[in-house]
Amino acid sequence: MSVRNITKENFEADVLNADKVVLLDFFATWCGPCRMVGPIIDEIAEENGEILVGKVDVDKESELASRFQVYSIPTLVVMKDGKVLTQVTGARSKDQILQLLP
Amino acid sequence: MDNVYDVLVLGGGPGGYTAAMYAARSGLRTLVLERLAAGGQMALTHSIDNYPGFDEGVDGFTLGMKMQQGAQRFGAETVYADVQSAELDGTIKVLHTLQGTFYGKTVILATGANPRKLGLDGEEELTGRGVHYCAACDGMFYRGKTVMLVGGGNSAVADALVLARVAKKVILVHRRDTLRASKIYHEPLEKTENIEFRWNSEVVSLLQDQRFEGAVIRNRVTGEEETVSCDALFISIGRQPATELFQGKVALDEAGYIVAGESTKTSIPGVYAVGDVRTKAVRQIVTATADGAVAAHEIEEYLALAVA
Repeated sequence: MSVRNITKENFEADVLNADKVVLLDFFATWCGPCRMVGPIIDEIAEENGEILVGKVDVDKESELASRFQVYSIPTLVVMKDGKVLTQVTGARSKDQILQLLP
Repeated sequence: MDNVYDVLVLGGGPGGYTAAMYAARSGLRTLVLERLAAGGQMALTHSIDNYPGFDEGVDGFTLGMKMQQGAQRFGAETVYADVQSAELDGTIKVLHTLQGTFYGKTVILATGANPRKLGLDGEEELTGRGVHYCAACDGMFYRGKTVMLVGGGNSAVADALVLARVAKKVILVHRRDTLRASKIYHEPLEKTENIEFRWNSEVVSLLQDQRFEGAVIRNRVTGEEETVSCDALFISIGRQPATELFQGKVALDEAGYIVAGESTKTSIPGVYAVGDVRTKAVRQIVTATADGAVAAHEIEEYLALAVA
């Protein structure tokens, strides 16, 4: 599956009410570590159809960024049934990101 | 063995991919193992002004991708994997990753360096929640706030200037009474009104209540301690070599760098070190790429002798 763009409009339907595990990547287009993680997030989305992978552009979605208290990018959030299971900051390898998933 | 590479390169920064380009171009079967993305530390640099050939500067991420593509053009391969352990002693070197085990006749260690930490209690759990290592990335979350910056070198001063543009106030804490940064940085710093200095000072503890609240700094001359409330702490105190995997295997110096001269040869035959991870005077992209070319040349000789 491809990565979904998450906005405050589709957040409730796509993320909070999702019937699968959600991995969110809070990023900015100009942030170096975010650019390094971006292709890995894309690869994870393509290889793992059983989870929903979403990207949140913090420049455009400041409400979502403050809802998750994002003060550092990239921030990765793993959610299930509308609840946050794990939230981490900083660039991580593919193996490390996959280990965050339940 | 069919699955033995001529060259395994550990790390896809400028040193690693230049070595891979030279090696692949000489017809050697070459594999680069990279944790994250091509470019290494360079990929985090917004604008690089001191790599020749780019008269208007170049962004580090783009340069990293180009170096990767340059190596791939001659057949070098890349696998994204975290190396878990390395067996470097034998004539066949072995690298274990979660993506599989890789074998090589030679290994180039190009793991670079990571930001140095203060090593204080709470630093780890506050990272990303008030404690930061990348001013360019996270500075914008502190618009109109008061932030503290620790460091005194070129990157610290560059970070202070970045932060001063968004924050209300920047408190720069430095261990000595003068900056270590080059002269070229001093003037813009002196002209910036919202930077306050704490000379001869170091951070001794972090204050927290759910998130970062401030820090206690101690004056190294008078011994006086001061509690400073602020919204974030940015740490810019240099880098430490990423050599944990090689401890006790290859000779390291006191600071943890791999001991290797201009030949890039390490204490183990068939193992080479390039770029920031090697003992050297000048750690720059150009010196890393130069190392890459030298290592590939040394490897050609090593492999030729091994056959003879």
